Amino acid sequence: MLVPLILVISFLAFCLVRVAPGGPFDKERAPASPDIERNLKAKYHLDDPLWKQYLRFVGIGFDGGLIRGDFGPSLKYRNHSVNDIIAQGLPVSLSLGFVSFGFALGVGIPLGVWTALRRGRWQDHLGSFFSILAVCIPAFVLGPILIVLLGVKWPVFPVGLWGGPWHVILPAVTLGTYFAGKVARLTREGMSQAMQQDFITTARAKGVSERAIVFRHAVREGLLPVVTYSGPLLADLLVGSFVVENLFQIPGIGVFLVNSSINRDYTMVVGLVILYSVLLLTLNLLVDVVYGMLDKRVNYG
Amino acid sequence: MADATPSSDPPLGQALGQAVELGESPNRRAWLRFRDNRPAMGASVFLIALVLLAVCWPWVSDLGNQHSDAQFAEPSARHWFGTDVHGRDLFGRVMAGARISLLVGLVGALVSLMIGVLWGATAGLLGGRWDNWMMRTVDVLYSLPSIIFVIVIITTLEGVVQGWVESAFGGDGGETARHLLLYAGLGAVSWLTMARIVRGQVLALREQQFVEAARSLGLGTWTILWRHILPNVFGVVIVYLTLTLPAVVLYESFLSYLGLGIQPPQASLGSLIAEGAAQINPVRVYWWMILFPAGALAALLMALNFLGDGLRDVFDPKAANER
Repeated sequence: MLVPLILVISFLAFCLVRVAPGGPFDKERAPASPDIERNLKAKYHLDDPLWKQYLRFVGIGFDGGLIRGDFGPSLKYRNHSVNDIIAQGLPVSLSLGFVSFGFALGVGIPLGVWTALRRGRWQDHLGSFFSILAVCIPAFVLGPILIVLLGVKWPVFPVGLWGGPWHVILPAVTLGTYFAGKVARLTREGMSQAMQQDFITTARAKGVSERAIVFRHAVREGLLPVVTYSGPLLADLLVGSFVVENLFQIPGIGVFLVNSSINRDYTMVVGLVILYSVLLLTLNLLVDVVYGMLDKRVNYG
Repeated sequence: MADATPSSDPPLGQALGQAVELGESPNRRAWLRFRDNRPAMGASVFLIALVLLAVCWPWVSDLGNQHSDAQFAEPSARHWFGTDVHGRDLFGRVMAGARISLLVGLVGALVSLMIGVLWGATAGLLGGRWDNWMMRTVDVLYSLPSIIFVIVIITTLEGVVQGWVESAFGGDGGETARHLLLYAGLGAVSWLTMARIVRGQVLALREQQFVEAARSLGLGTWTILWRHILPNVFGVVIVYLTLTLPAVVLYESFLSYLGLGIQPPQASLGSLIAEGAAQINPVRVYWWMILFPAGALAALLMALNFLGDGLRDVFDPKAANER
């Protein structure tokens, strides 16, 4: 399922960037003479017919190519291959994504459980207000505010760049707050429904303590919506990271996506689209597996 | 999914061809329930006021479009929200931004509604292998980085669409092309949830007797879909339309923030926030340039969310976990 899908995606992305007017060498600093441009095109085989270029990109009948895990050379950053750039940026983007993921779940789930248990009381209203507020403040608003307050006015955290663990905190909070709110809302709905189930009443009747009811019985069912959501969540974290990378000057791969599609860096755009798609499809597969382990009623067969 | 729409008793209503007033109609009950939901009511009042203000503001004051020497003026009686880098009145700019954000949100959500309802209803109605394939496609699309495709589509196709617009209508088509691409792109990535919900509803509805009756009368699949099934899905569709709106507004401001959406001199809330963020420096903080557009965006999104949640509680109480 995964492999044909990736091929379809790569084909679509490939066609899309080629259909667009303009080319990677349009914005060269020195006005290139027609000869130079022709030679550049010949070097990167852009003068071949499209089908041949695609076959070369995939690697059917040529060396390298997608099937051997090679995305080809970048057309804009000439001394680097797309693989180099991904190898440099991806670990940074991934670690930022996972710290934010931890933050989103670590704040969202407790808040959601708490509001669900106090449903209808003032704690519920307060918590729900915060979770809906978090959903309404996008990263590109929260980021500048955090930078001004905690970076400039009271310099607690470094305002940018990437280094020790201190550098992760502000970007991760910026990126994760929106999703923390979303997780909190999902958890609240799931937990409130779980607490009304018959097996909770049974457990109460048996004299199980309230703490055990919540943390041993209700959580297993109440957190299933969060598990389902965590696939798209990770996806959004990875994708959303390019605003945060931009704001905090973090050397991840998100920055390259926007730039390279404006610059018509064909190989780079297609490479990044494929990379993101593979990441997301794999993550969603993992989520499905975890879901199946948690909820025994699900049967993949 | 349980059929919880207020119009869950279609045979009678359809046979008579009119609403049956027996004391309390389902719609009236829904309205009463909605009226008791204070956040949702407050949100509706706020939204109506905001829309009126944003639409009518150009007739009140034109300061938002006029460049002046009063650069970076602090909020005052003359400029309620201060002024921006060109000395334009920020309140007028925010109103213009809210207008564009709402417009893009509304049209984008309507595009997603059309695709989602058609896709979901067709899948639910055809059933079997077709249903399987169509919903499998939705699953796959769910797991793809949709916003990345929008970015690639907008950056690559902009020139092409601009050419079309210019050859069709003449003049400078850049602005129109941007808008068209935003509507289409944002609509094209936001219809998945709608398709799932509608399919679920249609699957439940098509087993009901009035559909069987219509079929036995010899009506075709499309007639049944249009005349008998879609009217019954209406309530749920409205709910998810309202919940799609803030998502589309957020996406639009995100793209505009990146410089891919609305271009100056037009303003959207996202591009205003970007302008404010560009002025952040350690020496002086022009706080109003980021606070007011951001506050407007947050307030707008919150109101839309409260409204959507309220409508969902009224029309579709069991579906809280479907998303």
